[in-house]
Amino acid sequence: MPDLIEKNVPAQGAAGSAEPKPEKPRSLGLDAWHDLRKRPVFIISAALIVLLVAFAIAPSLFTSVDPRAGDLQHHYLTKPNYLHFFQADWFGYDGQGRSIYARMIYGARASVVVGICVTAGVTVLGGLAGMAAGYYGGWVDTVISRVTDMFFGIPLLLGALVVLNAFTTRTVWSVVFALVALGWTQMTRVMRGSVITVKQSDFVTAARALGAGTGRIMFKHILPNAIAPVIVVATIALGGYIATEATLSFLGIGLQDPTISWGIDINSAQKVIRTAPFALFFPAGMLSVTVLAFIMLGDAVRDALDPKLR
Amino acid sequence: MGRFVARRLLQMIPVFLGTVTIIFFMTRMLPGDPAAAMWGDKAADPAQLAAFKHRMGLDVSTGQQYLDYMGNLLTGNFGETMAGRKVIDVIGEALPVTIRLALLAFVFEVVVGVTIGLFSGLRRGKAFDKTALVFTLLLISIPVPVLGFIFQNVFAIQLKWITPTVQDSMNLGQLMLPAIVLGSISLAYVARLTRTSIAENIKSDYMRTAIAKGLPRRKVIGTHLLRNSMIPVVTFLGTDLGALMGGAIVTEGIFNVKGVGNALYHAINLNEGATVSGFVVVLVLVYLAASLIVDLLYAVLDPRIRYA
Amino acid sequence: MRGASQAKWVVAAVAVALAATACGSSSSNGASDGPVNAQGTFSYQSSEPQNPLQPANAMEVGGGRVLKNLFKGLVDYDPATGKLRNQVADKIETTDAQNYTVTLKSGWTFHDGTPVTAQSFVDAWNWSANTKNNQINSDWFSDIQGYDAVHPASGAPTADTMSGLKVVDDTHFTIALTGPVSYFEYKLGYTAFSPLPKVFFTDPAKYGQSPIGNGPYKFVSWEHNKAITVAAYDKYEGVDKPKNSGIVFKNYSQSEAAYKDLVSDNLDVLDQVDPSDLASYKSDLGDRAVDQPQGAIQNISFSLYQDSWKGQDKAKVRQGLSMAIDRDTITKTVLNGSRQAANSWVAPGAMGYKDNTCGEACTYDPAKAKQLIAEGGGVPGNKITVLYNADGGHKEWVDAVCNSIRQATGVECVGDPKPDFKSARDLVKNKKVDGLMRTGWVQDYPLNANFLRDVYGTGAAANDAGYSSPEFDKLAAEADKATTVEKTAELYQQAEEQLAKDMPAIPLWYYKTTAGYSKNVQNVKYDSFGDPVFTQVEVKQK
Repeated sequence: MPDLIEKNVPAQGAAGSAEPKPEKPRSLGLDAWHDLRKRPVFIISAALIVLLVAFAIAPSLFTSVDPRAGDLQHHYLTKPNYLHFFQADWFGYDGQGRSIYARMIYGARASVVVGICVTAGVTVLGGLAGMAAGYYGGWVDTVISRVTDMFFGIPLLLGALVVLNAFTTRTVWSVVFALVALGWTQMTRVMRGSVITVKQSDFVTAARALGAGTGRIMFKHILPNAIAPVIVVATIALGGYIATEATLSFLGIGLQDPTISWGIDINSAQKVIRTAPFALFFPAGMLSVTVLAFIMLGDAVRDALDPKLR
Repeated sequence: MGRFVARRLLQMIPVFLGTVTIIFFMTRMLPGDPAAAMWGDKAADPAQLAAFKHRMGLDVSTGQQYLDYMGNLLTGNFGETMAGRKVIDVIGEALPVTIRLALLAFVFEVVVGVTIGLFSGLRRGKAFDKTALVFTLLLISIPVPVLGFIFQNVFAIQLKWITPTVQDSMNLGQLMLPAIVLGSISLAYVARLTRTSIAENIKSDYMRTAIAKGLPRRKVIGTHLLRNSMIPVVTFLGTDLGALMGGAIVTEGIFNVKGVGNALYHAINLNEGATVSGFVVVLVLVYLAASLIVDLLYAVLDPRIRYA
Repeated sequence: MRGASQAKWVVAAVAVALAATACGSSSSNGASDGPVNAQGTFSYQSSEPQNPLQPANAMEVGGGRVLKNLFKGLVDYDPATGKLRNQVADKIETTDAQNYTVTLKSGWTFHDGTPVTAQSFVDAWNWSANTKNNQINSDWFSDIQGYDAVHPASGAPTADTMSGLKVVDDTHFTIALTGPVSYFEYKLGYTAFSPLPKVFFTDPAKYGQSPIGNGPYKFVSWEHNKAITVAAYDKYEGVDKPKNSGIVFKNYSQSEAAYKDLVSDNLDVLDQVDPSDLASYKSDLGDRAVDQPQGAIQNISFSLYQDSWKGQDKAKVRQGLSMAIDRDTITKTVLNGSRQAANSWVAPGAMGYKDNTCGEACTYDPAKAKQLIAEGGGVPGNKITVLYNADGGHKEWVDAVCNSIRQATGVECVGDPKPDFKSARDLVKNKKVDGLMRTGWVQDYPLNANFLRDVYGTGAAANDAGYSSPEFDKLAAEADKATTVEKTAELYQQAEEQLAKDMPAIPLWYYKTTAGYSKNVQNVKYDSFGDPVFTQVEVKQK
């Protein structure tokens, strides 16, 4: 499907964060952008995401504490001191006596990268395959659908073990690769189901009667109307991918020390939930905030894009 | 319709063979020597290791092993575990448990998820919708072991309504709690997909027509709105049923349920190629059936979709 | 991973009832002794046996603990004193530690009613040692003359019986070893040396599923992945007659789940408290909590076969790294007191254990650690990795050890997890580790020789470090030839001193049994293998 990928580049802009294009004032993307700027939900979620990205890019701006330095004197027993803003003991210490606050900030990089990149990869890859299957039907649908069936048959654990063991050194990117490779099928099905319904609509028939090309019908007419379920699944799944990364680390095939991630911390904190619930609360809370930000963003973007809701 | 179903059933054959092939070679790519690991920290006895590999059919080339496996599979022979048990027996113990657990979880997420989604979609932006968002968000962000821990503490240790773990994996009543934990992961998806779809369709022409015709509100929502909004939900549920049937390692572990997740985890952990392949063979059939049912449901839910 | 088999000794459960917390213990948690229901049965946290239930075919605890209740050999270890005591044997006599004459007591029967005779032992051992029968513990018989005929290094066996075993009459047989092994009697306490009834040989596979033994309990049922049930055998002749009427070995895939069941009295006896409940189990269980030493040790070994660790200077680096580990703090905090900091290579409780053989090299001293590492030429690349298996719950302490090393010496240290035991084992076994690796040893029998010769002898089966010291080997060989166990243990103590000089492995800590039991049972004691003394458990009347 190389042609689809090329055509997708401008279309993605329209669907996502289109920049204003003065020469086309009535475009869907521009409309959406004008609409979005007025929505408080969008502003809040965008601000949160900018903050997360700032954590990921420059964690040292937010804390001067080394997230790997552990002093076992602090092992869980030192409770958080909530008045010590931005200090090492603000949120207490974890099992190795490391500052939970510092790890929360430094963990953003791996977690946000995994969350966003896997979601983006799965949505683009799965979305394109799903759209092709739903739109063309026939043998294209048969091949794509049956391939997704085969992928569904692979247990995640088995697939991840085999894929990640093939890497001699594992980085964030190998984890992203594995999760995209194993996760795109669900998005394909969601997109395919959505496209099959939208394809039947009168406006698609009308567009075709007016002589619109396949690419135009797909990306200008069908995509905006079919994207809603994909956005819903993608935004929720984002949190799921961050959690899955943690599971992989726990199984010894995910991220490794010295990489810091919320998932790794959530996993180790689960074991001490009775003695040190705060060790779990902060990384898990960050995960929730991230998911919430993306769900709100997804909602706002979808509402802005959907012509029916105008 | 009949021809469509027949064609899909025929397509299952290559998918089935393809998946079994992929899985077979994946299990052969797993790291570590399963036979040698039986000796623990000690070095394996070479003579016994060779004899063991011979019994398991591991002493021939991978290609030959594949042919042997496929040949046996076609005659209904799933092979043996390293302990010498028949793989079909292992599957026979775990699968009924997982079917029960999966169906309970499935019913839970459908009933609760669609209900929450329907009401938040109808009252978009209102208090109920926002509460539902926070509730589903909580479910997404609480790791499963923590949810299980909370449930066990509240319902078993404090209230003493049930035992903390499942004493009899075949007992539907005891499987209720793990099913709720398991179903709550997908609950958020179902609720939010339903909500979005309802909110979208409520503005559509056919809704206006239906209301204009003076149909009662119940009927408008039930037959028109809900039915037309279900396609994304049904798609998701189709994939989710497959995932549920594949077993839930974490949930089964917390509640000590002896289902597919557990069996598959141990099989992968011990590198029991025959057992892993055996489970996948059965599961693939479930996935194929689920995806066929989903496609047939599309036509039921949206009369414009026709299959030749 | 090693098979737990027999008991050695039991320290009375250290009942440390912590101050009652709001949701913690109350007086109702007390294990007050009540009237005993002799007909009562109890449940025990267990796991699915990996192999059929044949005496020499269990290396893991799931099968091992069931087998030790179904079978009883010539001798076992008294759980109270740790001394060898006779069971089926009336006496075992030798003058040269090489040729033994065994006299059996009469009156012992298998669960099918047939008598236990000298032939039952000899047939069982010959069968178990034979390559054809694929018994995982077959090498336990390798001391016996003629083992290489039934179990050649490669190829098919040339005989069905070992020439070293001779039946004299129903109650007498002789054992001839290839050389003197002063502690052979200690080995005889292992389940692999159990007798087998005649009917076993008619269909070993079938009797692996429904075994017939001669132990305190007889087999009732095996529901795969769920439970194994055994019932007290009323004609049991051993000194440890069961005080209860049966055990249910209940299968748990997660110890957290087992712990929850124990706290709510749905499970009676725990194998081990899971790490997540260690911090609170003493307040949860009150005086039903168990915390006592166990015959096992955790080490970090070096890949001495790699060029970077060769040479005498590197011994200093290894000692330096050892001194950079704050064992006391780690065991108290990260491990919640479930381990005891080690200062020798032999677990306490084993015969021949000597305190502080490691000396200064096992004491935390960052300054000295830095100095020794510098004197030894430093760590290659100033970075080390510690290989471990992620499925064994080792992450926390490996991270803590690495933090300790990094902060004390500035040497970068990271854990190197492999997904499971077998993948980590593959690298260790094939000598492909580059750096450090987690190693551990659980006693097969409570004698220091087991911790030393089997782990550090040149070419020994579990010598993961690839350690080879002529001095150590020489002392070990002398020790094996000694005529008394006491002399053997003493000579092995000398061999251990060589380990302190070479530091092939850093001793970290000794294991402890951290367990507990429900309100339904009393008189629950654990032996040095970490197993409860099953026969002595008393079920309370309801």
